[in-house]
Amino acid sequence: MAFLELSGVRKDFELVRVVRDFNLDVERGEFISFLGPSGCGKTTTLRMVAGFETPTAGEIRIAGRDVVGLKPNQRNIGMVFQSYALFPNMTVAQNVAFGLKVAGKPRAEIDARVAQMLGIIKLPQLADRYPFQLSGGQQQRVALARALAVQPQVLLLDEPLSALDAKIRVSLREEIRAIQKALGITTIYVTHDQEEALSMSDRIVVMHEGRVDQIGTPFEIYNTPATSFVASFVGTLNRIEGIIADPSAGTVRVGARDVAVASPLGARRAGEQVSLALRPEAVTLAPRPGQDVAIEARIVEVAFLGSVIRVRADIGGATITLDTFNSPASPPPRIGDAVTLHLSSSDWVVLAD
Amino acid sequence: MKRRSLWSWIVLVLAILYFGLPLLGTVDFSMKMRRGVYSLDAYWAVLGDPRFQATFLYSVVMACMTIVVGVLLVVPTAYWVRLKLPRWRPVIEFITMLPLVIPAIVIVFGYIRLYNTSSWLPLTGSALGTDALLTLGYTTLALPYMYRAVDTGLRTIDVATLTEAAESLGAGWITVMWRVILPNVLVAVLSGAFLTFAIVIGEFTMAALLNRPAFGPYLQLVGANRAYEPAALAVIAFAITWICMGLIQLVTRLQKHTMRV
Repeated sequence: MAFLELSGVRKDFELVRVVRDFNLDVERGEFISFLGPSGCGKTTTLRMVAGFETPTAGEIRIAGRDVVGLKPNQRNIGMVFQSYALFPNMTVAQNVAFGLKVAGKPRAEIDARVAQMLGIIKLPQLADRYPFQLSGGQQQRVALARALAVQPQVLLLDEPLSALDAKIRVSLREEIRAIQKALGITTIYVTHDQEEALSMSDRIVVMHEGRVDQIGTPFEIYNTPATSFVASFVGTLNRIEGIIADPSAGTVRVGARDVAVASPLGARRAGEQVSLALRPEAVTLAPRPGQDVAIEARIVEVAFLGSVIRVRADIGGATITLDTFNSPASPPPRIGDAVTLHLSSSDWVVLAD
Repeated sequence: MKRRSLWSWIVLVLAILYFGLPLLGTVDFSMKMRRGVYSLDAYWAVLGDPRFQATFLYSVVMACMTIVVGVLLVVPTAYWVRLKLPRWRPVIEFITMLPLVIPAIVIVFGYIRLYNTSSWLPLTGSALGTDALLTLGYTTLALPYMYRAVDTGLRTIDVATLTEAAESLGAGWITVMWRVILPNVLVAVLSGAFLTFAIVIGEFTMAALLNRPAFGPYLQLVGANRAYEPAALAVIAFAITWICMGLIQLVTRLQKHTMRV
C-alpha cells in the first residue's frame, strides 16, 4: 500500500471542474512534482492534500488513513508557500518553533529542534532576525525549516522558488532536494518550471486542464511523452505532422520523404495522419554511431545560446530544430548551407492525440 | 510652481488661525482666574474637584471596557470577513458606518425603549446593567473608527496565507487569532483603541441620557455654572485627545522599525 494515495479525486468550483479523476500513489520518502501550466489544477490538488480545499469526490489517504474529513491542523502536514508566509511578528527562531509550541513540546526539546533545523538550513546565525531582515532565499529556507520542524508526514511545497531570482532558485532547489533526501520525507512539489521538476523529482505528474496527462520518472516524461501536451510542455520539441506510409515497415511520410520510425504505430493504417516528436538534441549535423536516418536539409536559422547553438533546418515541408554544442574549433553553420541531418529512427516519438 | 507654493502657505496660515486662535483664546482665558496675572488656579480647582476625579476615572474605565469589547467584536469579524466572506465586505462596511449617520441620541433612545425596566432585558434597572448598556453604546459609536483601523491593518498582511501557514503547523482558530493575526495588526488595533478612548472620554449624549456619572456630563455641568474652570477642562480634554493622537503616531512609527511583511 502506498504511503499517500489519491483515488478518484475531483474538485469543482461551482460549475467549473478544476481537477478531474486524479489518481496517484506516492511511496514513503518519494519526491513527486506536479508540473503543468497555470490553471491546470496542480495547486488545487496540493491544497486538497493539505486540507485547505475539500474534494468534491474521491479519497485522500495518508499512511492508510482517510484524511478528507480532517482539518488542516489535524493532518500533520508541512507546507511551504510561494510567498514564504513567515510570521512577521516573530524572529526566525520563533517562526521555526511555532509548530512545536502549538504541539505543546517541552522548552528544551523546542530549543534543540530549532537549533537542529537552523543548522540544516545553514542559518543558525540568523536566529534572532525578523523576516523583513532576510533575503527572499533566506526567508524560504526558514519557511522550509519551520515546515520540517514539526516532523510532518508529508511535505508540500507550492511553487516555493517562483519568487526568487534564477541563481538562487538553482542553488535552493539543490538544497531542498538534499534536505528531503537526508530526512527521507515524502514530498509533493508544485511547479510550472519543467527544469525544476526534471532536476528534483523521483517522479513527475504532468497535469493539463485538470487531468493527469502522464505520471513517470523525469527520464520517461522527457523521452517518451504520453501525449502531445506533455511532449510540447516538457522541453523543446520538434513536432512534425506526417502521414503513415507503410505501417508494417514503420515508415511515415514527412513532406516529400519517407522516414523510418522505430516507435510502434499501433493500429494505425496507411494514409492516416500522425504527429511525430523529436528532441533537438537527438539530431546532429555529423553522423554518430547508431544513427540510421539521414535527411538532406537547408539551414534557415542559427541562434547562438552560449554553450549551445540552436539551428533550424528545412527538410522540405517541415522544419527541424536541433541543438549542437558550441565549439570554438568548428564555426556554426550559416543560413542557406545545405546539410545532412543525422538521427536514429528510435528518436522519433509517435504522439497520442 | 511658486504661485502654488504661495497659495499653500496662505491656506496653511488661514487653517492655523481658524483652528489655533480659539484654542489660544481658551488657554488664555483659562489662566486668568486670578485677576491681573496668569495662573493655573482654574486647573488646580478642576483637578482638585472630587467630582472631576470620579467622573474622569469612570470614563477611563468605560473607555477601557469599550476598547476590550470593540477589539473582541471587530478583530475576529474583520478577519473572518477578509478570510471567508470577502463578498460581504461592502455590507459590513456599510453597517459599521451607520453610527456616523444615526445620531447618538437616536441610538440611546432606542436602547432605553428596548432595555428599560419593563422590557424583556431590563438593563437600565441596575447601575451595572446601565454601565453594560453604555459600554455597548460606546462600542457602537466607536465602531466606524475601530473597524476601519483594524481592516486597514489586515490589508497590510496576507491574512489567508498566514492563516494557512499557521494551520498547517497545527494551530487552531484561537491560536491563529491570538498568536499570528492580532500581533500583526496590533498597531492598527491600538490606533482604533486610542480613537475610541478619545471619543468615550468626551461623550455626553449617551452618558447623560442613561444618567451615568461620566466625564462628558461633568464637563457640561461645570460649563453651565462656572467661568474659568470650563476653559481649563476644555484644554485638558484637548490635551487628552492630542496625547491619544500622539500615541497613535508613536506606535505606528515603532511598528515601522520592528515589522514589515
